[in-house]
Amino acid sequence: MMRLSRSDRARRSVSWVMTSLTALCTIVAVGILFVILAYIAMRGISALNFGFLVDTPRPVGEGGGIGNAIVGSGLLLLLSCVVGIPIGIACGIYLSEFGGGWFVSAVRFLIDTLTGIPSIVTGVFVYAVIVLRMKHFSAFAGGIALALIMIPIVARTTEEMIKLVPQSLREGALALGAPQWRVTLGVVLPAAASGIVTGAMLAIARVSGETAPLLFTAFGSRFYPRNLNEPIASLTVQIYNYAISPYDEWHAQAWAATLVLMALILSINLIVRFLTRQKFN
Amino acid sequence: MTPQATFTAPKFEVKSHASLRSAATKIAVEHLNFFYGKTQALKDISIEIPERQVMAFIGPSGCGKTTFLRTLNRMNDVIPGTRVEGKITIDSDDIYAAGADVVDLRRKVGMVFQKSNPFPKSIFDNVAYGLKINRVTSSRSELEGRVEEALKDAALWNEVKDRLKSSALGLSGGQQQRLCIARALAIRPEVILMDEPASALDPIATSKIEELIVDLKKQYTIVIVTHNMQQAARVSDLTAFFLLGKLIEVNSTEKMFTAPNEKLTEDYITGRFG
Repeated sequence: MMRLSRSDRARRSVSWVMTSLTALCTIVAVGILFVILAYIAMRGISALNFGFLVDTPRPVGEGGGIGNAIVGSGLLLLLSCVVGIPIGIACGIYLSEFGGGWFVSAVRFLIDTLTGIPSIVTGVFVYAVIVLRMKHFSAFAGGIALALIMIPIVARTTEEMIKLVPQSLREGALALGAPQWRVTLGVVLPAAASGIVTGAMLAIARVSGETAPLLFTAFGSRFYPRNLNEPIASLTVQIYNYAISPYDEWHAQAWAATLVLMALILSINLIVRFLTRQKFN
Repeated sequence: MTPQATFTAPKFEVKSHASLRSAATKIAVEHLNFFYGKTQALKDISIEIPERQVMAFIGPSGCGKTTFLRTLNRMNDVIPGTRVEGKITIDSDDIYAAGADVVDLRRKVGMVFQKSNPFPKSIFDNVAYGLKINRVTSSRSELEGRVEEALKDAALWNEVKDRLKSSALGLSGGQQQRLCIARALAIRPEVILMDEPASALDPIATSKIEELIVDLKKQYTIVIVTHNMQQAARVSDLTAFFLLGKLIEVNSTEKMFTAPNEKLTEDYITGRFG
């Protein structure tokens, strides 16, 4: 066997130490995530049953459930998608296909800044602009707050995905006498569709965990929603309210609601994974 | 040394084209200058392209032949910072005139690109695309008829007739390129511009495209850019040689490859540079 020189041995030991360190950091990062998941599952599973999933909240000692919050969260997400996704996609299309010069650079910079704004600021903004004027909390206000968080995410992913569409496809369509708008709608968007869908799904996953912007807008409710112009319950706000209460029963329900919310976000992420995998097949 | 003395025996098999002089002018270019920003890519080009013949553009990389081809259907319009001077008329219509409609122009002047660029749609929808956007057909059966006709003209029908609904991206490279030709033929243009249509294809697929080009000139005026001089010799009636943004010589292909007028042409064809 070849003898190792001093420097070779030093190099190997440095390599071993560094590899071990990165492995350790990975284990810590993933480990903490698993501990959180396991802890939530452990604490949440005891209060979880079918009644809990369909019932509305009740006073302490009478059980109750989060059915209205699940429906409320669903409606809020739907509202935010209806408002946020079309605007976000249209903005992304403009940035990549029709824009040029300083204006687009400025818009892109603002969008990147918007992505980094704390969501509670968005909540306070919608409170000031919509809730105070309408003089009441509403599902509409909540949906708009969530949409404002979605727009920059959707716009930037759409822009990036459209930029990946080869120029040759656009030229192919233009050479057949297609006007610009038909090229964008009929050729570019379909070619970028799976990437845009992925971006939209990630934005949905992101806002489905938001609490702060809903506190000032959707507020919360003890009943199943009847119309969108009233305050509406949501899983995250429900969890918040129960978690800061002094009652053990509500604490258990908060854990169970957390488990439900986590399962919902997990399934959204799985759908995203599924869609992206299809793209590469 | 005279050109005649240094000129090696032509290695090109040149077809004889009898009807050379009789054709009417389809495209006339007068004193064309073209700029990418401040860089001048085409310098004072004047040329007449006759109807229902094949004209080949040859020249080394970067000589402007593709740029020139793309001025003929105003495809360079999509590149920011470009500028055109001079005049191009097709059937005596000035295509760069203030009121000229670029969509009409591109309906009349189809284009096939170097890299096949089928849309990520079905084979049928690829060919039908131009017909649909230009609202050429009024019924489904008429549309189907035109698609079939275009695929037959592009010598692709027999290979794809049983899978018109499957993705165009599943076709081979040569089939994809013929699909792009079919797509261009479907809207019945008068001129077809081809930018090195066979450069990414194997010899068998290339010969199919070349046969197709010779066949298509019965109905269409064809302008083809090629790096391959044998290809120019095989398919074209006329050849134009470009160098550094200038048009050096236009001649019948036969003359060009046997006894060109210009020394530069001869040097290029005999492989002394480029």
